[in-house]
Amino acid sequence: MSDHDYRPKSKVGQWFNDRLPLLTLANHLTDYPTPKNLNYWWTFGGILTFCLITQIVTGLTLAMHYIAHADMAFESVEHIMRDVNYGWLIRYIHANGASMFFLAVYIHIFRSLFYGSYKSPREIIWILGIIIYLLMMAAAFMGYVLPWGQMSFWGATVITNLFSAIPLVGEGIVTWLWGGYSVDNPTLTRFFTLHYLIPFLILGLVVLHIWALHVPGNNNPVGIDIKKPSKDTVPFHPYIVIKDGFALLMFMIVFAFFVFYAPNILGHADNYIEANPMVTPAHIVPEWYLLPFYAILRSVPDKLLGVVAMLSAILILAVLPWLDTSKIRSAVFRPLYKQFYWILVADVLILGYVGAMPAEGLYLLIARVATAYYFLHFLVILPVLGFKEKTLPVPLSITEPVLGGSPNLAAARNKESKIE
Amino acid sequence: MKNLYKFFSIIIIIIASNSYSFAAEKAEYLKTDWSFKGLFGKFDRASLQRGYQVYTEVCASCHSMKYLSYRNLAEQGGPEFSEAQAKAIAASFEVTDGPNSDGEMFTRPGKLSDKFVMPYENVKAAQAANGGAYPPDMSVLVKARGGGVDYIYSLLQGYEEAPVGVTLDDGVYYNKYMYGNKIRMAAPLSDGLVEYGDGTNATVEQMSKDVTTFLMWSAEPHLESRHQMGFKAIVYLIILTVLVYFSMKKIWSRVESEV
Repeated sequence: MSDHDYRPKSKVGQWFNDRLPLLTLANHLTDYPTPKNLNYWWTFGGILTFCLITQIVTGLTLAMHYIAHADMAFESVEHIMRDVNYGWLIRYIHANGASMFFLAVYIHIFRSLFYGSYKSPREIIWILGIIIYLLMMAAAFMGYVLPWGQMSFWGATVITNLFSAIPLVGEGIVTWLWGGYSVDNPTLTRFFTLHYLIPFLILGLVVLHIWALHVPGNNNPVGIDIKKPSKDTVPFHPYIVIKDGFALLMFMIVFAFFVFYAPNILGHADNYIEANPMVTPAHIVPEWYLLPFYAILRSVPDKLLGVVAMLSAILILAVLPWLDTSKIRSAVFRPLYKQFYWILVADVLILGYVGAMPAEGLYLLIARVATAYYFLHFLVILPVLGFKEKTLPVPLSITEPVLGGSPNLAAARNKESKIE
Repeated sequence: MKNLYKFFSIIIIIIASNSYSFAAEKAEYLKTDWSFKGLFGKFDRASLQRGYQVYTEVCASCHSMKYLSYRNLAEQGGPEFSEAQAKAIAASFEVTDGPNSDGEMFTRPGKLSDKFVMPYENVKAAQAANGGAYPPDMSVLVKARGGGVDYIYSLLQGYEEAPVGVTLDDGVYYNKYMYGNKIRMAAPLSDGLVEYGDGTNATVEQMSKDVTTFLMWSAEPHLESRHQMGFKAIVYLIILTVLVYFSMKKIWSRVESEV
């Protein structure tokens, strides 16, 4: 934040900037010193911003044609697909956009896990991110209900019924959520309202997320603190802008492939059957991005404990900065953590896979083992690893990344402990 | 760049494993070459017109298609009947309209703007006429079944004698592609059931293919423009990506760092 003494050149600019320092903000955003060794995993922040804006713009357009009524919702979606000009394009971008958004957010989260970006002094950025992620799940779930297909209806029934597990007041809460005694028109209209509201809450939190990021600056693959600005940094514009732009274009090619050539592959066929409260689908499955948590929910035999386990699986991430006791951020210098990291990635993928399968026999057993391991990773392995692990020598700066040896190591360690 | 390769291979693995799990679920579907698959996939116009004939002469006696209008039959990317043909098709149906100035409902010949006439007044009437089973609306049927066109195509040809040990109730038929193998619909097609105007031999296989093509169009009426636009969009994105890549290399050459 070295640019607060910025002064616009023109008189008009100065007059305006003294009253509302927007130009100072713009200058800060262009000059913002960024570590020059950021790899492509760091481009997903920009990609996620693109995803959010895409969802808001396409969503607003869809809302102009969609009718939030139990008798008309399904038909209005077909009207969008058939008769609205480019309605099919807007809807397919919006529907696949949700999947792309989650794909990007999972990469973003796992990047943070690998490079220890959640650690001091970036805990608030991380916690804001977890809140955004929770809101994304809520928005995506409610958005999936709006077409009022079979999966919409029965997904809404299953998920809202989870609240009935709360002792004493559970049943009352479910009735209150539904606005009646079953998922019906009142449920649909309130879900539509909330689905419209949440993205703007997310947008506000994203501003805070970026603001909080700009206080300490970006973490980097080496995971050390760097002087800003210095030989280790480049200004955000043009260096990071063009690099993020390049990565975004690559991402858009994948996105376009899904929209134009496989628009329904990520959805469930049953959602093209209009909701029917009298017919239950053979398997009720959520969208792919919620499957790991669905697997955790079903792996616990008790309903209340299952809900508790599912919520804990997400909320445990919020206290991650304090569960991870290691002073070294980047997994590059943590040989043991690196291995456990990849086991965790595999564990979550396995949970996702069994979440899509019926909860019985071998699948259920695998789900239980994977759930247990998920919690073991965060509650036991991470805290213990910080004390036991022998880490590799950390370089002093990005420009001298290959320097090893004990003097540097000691200095790096000192530097780390000073932050604490 | 190495990381990006990893990223894409992970995506490919996820997609591949997905399609594998679908395939493993049910009997292997019959395969045929669909003209509408692939980057430049288009509908076979003649097949769509024949498919409409099969739909209207066979399926439509039980299955509604309530999201389609007669005007769709003349629209680009569909069967592309001429406007006069589509008007004649519409006029061959009796449509209930009204109320008129006397407050009475009346019938008149159909117009292009009318929705496809439904075979039954409502779901209950459809069930009553079909032994309790509701013949599903066919507008988006292809997208509402896991196997899509291959499933519908196979199902139409999948009627068999029930194997020994399987007992069927009255009005229930055996179909090797149906979920649970029991279906309430009698085999709808038989060789020569319709007489194609273009002289194509109306075998069960041919009719199955034509009507399934028609159902694909009815579920995705904008499929052709989607494929055309998709190809342009992706080519545009690739060119832009290459240009941005070289600009990026140029800009980053000012600092000693790899990008």
